[in-house]
Order: sequence, then C-alpha cells, then structure tokens
Amino acid sequence: MFSSWTAEQIREAVVCGKVSATEVCRDFLDRITNYDDSLNAFNTVTAERALVQAAQIDDSRNAKSAKTSLLGVPIAIKDNICTKGIETTASSHILKGFIPPYNATVISKLEKEGAVLIGKTNCDEFAMGSSNEYSALGPTRNPWDQERIPGGSSGGSAVAVAAHMSPVALGSDTGGSIRFPASMCGVIGLKPTYGRVSRYGLIAFASSLDQIGPFARTVRDTALILRALSGQDPNDSTSANEPVPDFFAALTGDIRNARIGIPRSILAQGVDEDVTARFNDALEVIENRGAKLIDIDLPNAPHVVPVYYLIATAEASSNLARYDGVGYGYRASLNSEDTLTAMYDRTRNLGFGSEVKRRIMLGTYVLSAGYYDAYYLKAQQVRTLIQRDYETALEHVDAIAMPTSPTPAFKIGEKTNDPMKMYLVDIFTVSVNLAGLPALSLPCGFTRDRLPVGFQLIGNRFDEATLLKLSDAYEQDTNWGNTTPPLT
Amino acid sequence: MLKPLPIDEVERIAELARLDLTDEEKTLFSIQLAEILSYAKKIQKVNTSEVPPTAHALESQLALRSDTTKPSLKRVQVLTNAPEPALDAGLFKVPKVIS
Repeated sequence: MFSSWTAEQIREAVVCGKVSATEVCRDFLDRITNYDDSLNAFNTVTAERALVQAAQIDDSRNAKSAKTSLLGVPIAIKDNICTKGIETTASSHILKGFIPPYNATVISKLEKEGAVLIGKTNCDEFAMGSSNEYSALGPTRNPWDQERIPGGSSGGSAVAVAAHMSPVALGSDTGGSIRFPASMCGVIGLKPTYGRVSRYGLIAFASSLDQIGPFARTVRDTALILRALSGQDPNDSTSANEPVPDFFAALTGDIRNARIGIPRSILAQGVDEDVTARFNDALEVIENRGAKLIDIDLPNAPHVVPVYYLIATAEASSNLARYDGVGYGYRASLNSEDTLTAMYDRTRNLGFGSEVKRRIMLGTYVLSAGYYDAYYLKAQQVRTLIQRDYETALEHVDAIAMPTSPTPAFKIGEKTNDPMKMYLVDIFTVSVNLAGLPALSLPCGFTRDRLPVGFQLIGNRFDEATLLKLSDAYEQDTNWGNTTPPLT
Repeated sequence: MLKPLPIDEVERIAELARLDLTDEEKTLFSIQLAEILSYAKKIQKVNTSEVPPTAHALESQLALRSDTTKPSLKRVQVLTNAPEPALDAGLFKVPKVIS
C-alpha cells in the first residue's frame, strides 16, 4: 500500500511513528520482486542492505532524526553513480564487478537525510543512448507498453518511479537523459543547472554537460530531493558557490503574470500530432492560471543536435580513456606474448558495447589532427551562439516551454540500426545542457494509444525555483503523476 | 549513397582510440561515421567569425582550495578492484612493457 505514497508522505509518517521504515521498504521491495523481472529497471537490488538501514532508522528514531528530510524514504540510484560497497557498472561489461570504495557526494547527502538506497538502476551504457537499449544488461521496458522503450539513458530510474518500485530516484542528464525518459514514462524529471549538484562520484560521460538530478511523481517530491542534493562540494571544482534557496517557499500556486516563452518556429517541424495537442492543452492550463504566453525565437535551434554530438563524443572519448583493463573492471584474456597495447586494445573492444565504441570513434575523429578546427572548435563556437539565444530569450521571459520529445515512446528495436535517427530524438533536450540551464520535464497527459506525453520548462541559471513554482501550479490543476501504468 | 570513410582512416582512428575493431565493425563504422559527420557538417555554414568557443557551461571560475593534505583511500581499497592486483607488492600487474 505504501508504494503509492509520495516521498513526502512516507517521511512524515516515519517521523511521527505512524509507519516503520522497514514496512515501507518491504513494500517497495515486494513491488520490485513482482514487476521487475519483466521491466528490467534494476541492475542490482540492495534488499538486504536497505532492510538493515531501515531497521536502524526504526531503532534510533529520535529528535535528531526527526529533523532529516528523507527519513525512511526509499530511493533508486542510476548505476553510473558510485555507491560504496555496491557494484556500480554504468551498465557496461567493462565495469562488471567494480565495487566503488567511496560514495558519490549525492549518495552521502541522501543518506545523511535518512534516505534508504534500494537499488541501482539500468541505463544506456555509460549513459550513452536515448532508449535504454544500449545496456549490457538488456533493455528496460516501458511500463505503459512493454513493447516500447522507456527512454534513456536514465530509463531504469524513470521506470522505477513510474511503476511505483521506488517513490523517487536519481538519474544523470548529459543531453536529456533525465527529462527524456521522464516524459516517456509519465513522471517528473529535473535536470538542475550545471554546477547546482556535485558530480563527484558520477561516472563521467561529457564533463561540461553532465548533471545529476531527481525523478519523482510530484513536484513537491522533486523539490525535496533537489534540496537534499544541492550545494557546493569541495570534491567537485565545477560545483557552484551559489546559495540554495528554499524551493518549497516558491510553491505558492500563484503564477499570475509569469511570462512563458514559446519557440513556435521549432515546434512547427516534425512534432507528433498527439504530442502537439497535449502540449497545447498544458499551455492552456498554465494560461488559465494567469501566466502569459510570449512567442520567442531560438535561431540556432537547428544546430543543437550536431553541436551536441560533436562536443559530447569528444569529451566522452577522453573520459573513457581510463578504461584500459588496469585499474578496475574487465580485462581481456591474454596470451603470454601479448603486449601492453594489445591488452588495452582487446580489453576495450570486448568491454565496450557498440554505441559506446561508435561515440569513442566519433569523438576521437573530431579531436584528431586535421579535423579539430572544422568540427570540435566549430561546435564550441556554435555552442556559444546557442547559449546566447537562450540568454536573450530569458531576458524577456521567466521560463521557456516546449515538448520534451517530438514523439511518444517508440518500439524496442525501431531505431537501433540507425544511429542518426536515434540521435534526432534528442532535438528538444540537448540545448539545455549546452547552455548549462535547468529544465524540468513533467507529464501532460496521454496520446490516443495511452502513451505518456511530457513537456519541459527551461529556466534561468540557478532558478530551479521558478520551474518548480510553475510546475506545482500546473500540477494542482492536472496531477498526471497520480496515474499508474497497467501492470500485471 | 554517401561515400564511406576509407577503411585506413577508420583504422587510424581506432588505433588512436585503442580499439581492436573487427573487420565487420570497421566496415559498419566507415558507413555510420560518414553519415553522422555529413549531418554534423551543416554547422560549418554557421557564421562564427569573432564568436569565442565555449568549453564550459559556467563562466570559468577559478576554484582554489588551501594546500593541505587530507586522508585518501587506502592502497588496498584501490587495488582490490583491479583485474590483476599484486596486493602484497601494492601494484597493478600488466603485461610485459620492456622486452
């Protein structure tokens, strides 16, 4: 029964002793046992550890623990975030058996607030993908239609929350990897401003774009997790020295005269009819609450996908150089006469999956002598123009709204043979990472085939509060997060 | 159809990337990389004269800390994850480097 509760409700009930953290934990673990064989959202379920932690919470409930913000709240963690003593693979064969000797900062922060880690979730290998099909541990399935993809790369976390196997979860978003699966699965996903949340202990994909953020079913739960994650960290020099506001204070429901920018011209091209209809419904709800819709222009929008794939793969090719069969994970079997470089070459070719190799090859190509200026440097310059587009637009509006994805969830296997087709699903998500802005995807209804549709709100740097405020007001009139997928 | 990348070009990149690709992979990537690069080429038409490159989402901030020592992970904790650790010697084992 607890599995339908929000994190906020669970915490409240555990703090006042109405329910025990153990009962809550068992309920979610039962859901995982019942549904995850088919959904494949979890790489590792940390049942034993979670129950020990829950029992500790129950045994030592006191005035001090009552002050923690997530007491007894189960949370699922994307498997590219290091968890001390728990295997962390990034869904890659090359990291099989890797047991981190330390916690990511976000894990320490969550545990300090009393959260109970219940498992590590499936994702595209090293977070490279948009469908969760590029996992060495097999694809995750969308709970709304199990023939379809849940979105990626944080698909396991989105599914865990959508299927009530965890009230909240963490993902990482490099080019849409939180927001895209959130929209495919009908839950909320927030990519914080670059620098808002420490990346220490996040397995690096593209360091100038990566950011950790929450999945939840309500805006309040999203704010609750964001608050726990935020703040500067001495272990991450890119985490920002910015004050963390009281996100809850923003949730007043009053969005009268808020200005919402709509980039009409990019919406005119290739968006699914049902997605457009649901997006327009959402705008109407927001407008009825007194917000003003203002047309804006993002002239460099047609360039975002190529710029993103040039920059992200270049950074990935560098970040993934560390997987060489020496320090951790997998090493290919060798003959006695094999050289060190033969060991590197074979370990990497057998250890990485096809999409990761494709991206390492592309990234190496664009950084190599003779191509650097034409591709990588050029992409960095156009990145500046994309950033400026958003800065200009956000001078006149409080947030920008657009669909999170041009289509609802596609069928498993539909795009895996055509990398370009797969990359183009990221058309609405990648610009936010290039510009370093915060963006929140929230559910806005269903297609005629009963597939979830999501839309995103994009805000100014370090202004997650406005996104949460607008989303909360929208949620008060809609509450799509309350709908449960048909699981048997 | 788009002209694939020459196989020797694919091999040169694979060598830089330290990937021992199979012949099938070389052929596949020669086609797929050509497609992706041809799509990416469209940004070369964008006028970027006097536009500085952006390497990072935040304005560069010089992150400094005081130069004090802090405890680090114990050597054995780090070595335990290695495919071939030499725990007693405190080393990672690799194939022979000097013949």
